[in-house]
Amino acid sequence: MRNRQPLQFYNEPLAGVDVSDLQGKLIVVEGPDAVGRSTQIALLRQWLEQEGHAVLDSGMARSALAGKGIQQAKEGNTLQPITMTLFYATDFADRLENEIIPALRAGFVVLIDRYIYSIMARAIARGEDRRWIEQVAGFALVPHAVYYLRAEVEQLVRRVVIGRGAFDYWESGMDLRFGTDMYESFVKYQRRLIKALDTMVEPYNFTVIDAAQPIDKIFRTLQRHVSRLRLSGLGPQRPTRPRARAAKA
Amino acid sequence: MSLFVPNRYRGKLIVVEGIDGSGKSTQISLLSHWLRSQGYAVAFSEWNSSPLVRQTTKRGKKKEMFTPTTFSLLHATDFADRLESYIVPLLKAGAIVCADRYAYTAFARDVARGVGRRWVRNLYRFAIHPNLAFYFRVPLDVALGRILGGRDALKYYEAGMDLGLARDVEESFRIFQGRILDEYDAMAKEMGFHIIDATQSIETQQLRMREIVMNEIGESLKNTVLHVPKTGEIVAQPSTAPVL
Repeated sequence: MRNRQPLQFYNEPLAGVDVSDLQGKLIVVEGPDAVGRSTQIALLRQWLEQEGHAVLDSGMARSALAGKGIQQAKEGNTLQPITMTLFYATDFADRLENEIIPALRAGFVVLIDRYIYSIMARAIARGEDRRWIEQVAGFALVPHAVYYLRAEVEQLVRRVVIGRGAFDYWESGMDLRFGTDMYESFVKYQRRLIKALDTMVEPYNFTVIDAAQPIDKIFRTLQRHVSRLRLSGLGPQRPTRPRARAAKA
Repeated sequence: MSLFVPNRYRGKLIVVEGIDGSGKSTQISLLSHWLRSQGYAVAFSEWNSSPLVRQTTKRGKKKEMFTPTTFSLLHATDFADRLESYIVPLLKAGAIVCADRYAYTAFARDVARGVGRRWVRNLYRFAIHPNLAFYFRVPLDVALGRILGGRDALKYYEAGMDLGLARDVEESFRIFQGRILDEYDAMAKEMGFHIIDATQSIETQQLRMREIVMNEIGESLKNTVLHVPKTGEIVAQPSTAPVL
């Protein structure tokens, strides 16, 4: 049975890890590629730090153990789907045990740019077994909140073309050739990812946020939600405007 | 729910398991040479040998960064890469793939490290079910004698030093291998292992292995597996119908 209590393991305790003394907050921002997650994480971090909270942010393929290996694997053309899923799961476990849990123990607010849900969505989009990957990822901690920035594929395409000027091989799911070129493959692959994330909204308790809105409006919505989490310490948080300009992460 | 994915390919998968010092590597090497000499296309895959994952494993071991969970997951990543990039394509092509250690190694070793039994079994559910799995059973002291006599230093993770079982490396190795041995013994029946008494002479064990291979999969070796005639040219047996 899947746990729903924050800072408990979903369904598999991590060997040798005690969660009884965790006290920080675990906040996840989820969403497909190019939806604007990292911009919002940077804004949230700035705001929370101004409010006096210690913040750790963590994102995919940033672990000391596997980050480099994943980057190198993606540069080649031999990374197969199950291997990729498990490599990302390794990366996640390393960050969970060595960064996230120690930070939670120390009372940090931990902001995560994509959690197990993206790993699972990618696996599902590649035709891997949903129950398999859900159980593999069962050692993840239940977050206090998951904010799902939801957009339609057409919006993602606009952001990619205007913002970056080119499609990314992996973001387009080119390893599986969903289409004859990067654009077609991107559209089909991202559509699958969004569909997979949509199915997690209820079971994983996502808060859905419409990512078609302007950046500052999304941010104010996020602030409102985060304020309700009752972050400990400096008294009630009021949503304030971050003074510095929006960081481009 | 079945443990693994059934092997629906033309090729056959033969794996060996056992604790360090059980002699399984010697035996699978002899078996693969013999099968090759019989004209079969034989490939070989060793535990923890994926080029894609090698650097990461090296980093983790060198800096002693692993936890039981990341150790387990990275070895599963390594296994997945070998399976997806190497073993499955070769099985499709009709080769006999011999594997020195398979998912059972993780079942024994990771559980001995404290990882959940059900979790690690689920982790490897994508593995192809071997056609034959040999387990080289040997008493702990015999294996330890072979290992400790023949090699220089025991390695950190190999000895289970990450678990803090004992300060002395040899003592830690003894306790850790003992736990692994218990796990192997406990799963032997469930997994349908062909148990080989690894205290016997090398020749006796090898004869027994060949006998089991011929009894169990001799027919399909003749009929479906890729055959390499003496000229060196690789052709399928004429009677072969594609299984895919």
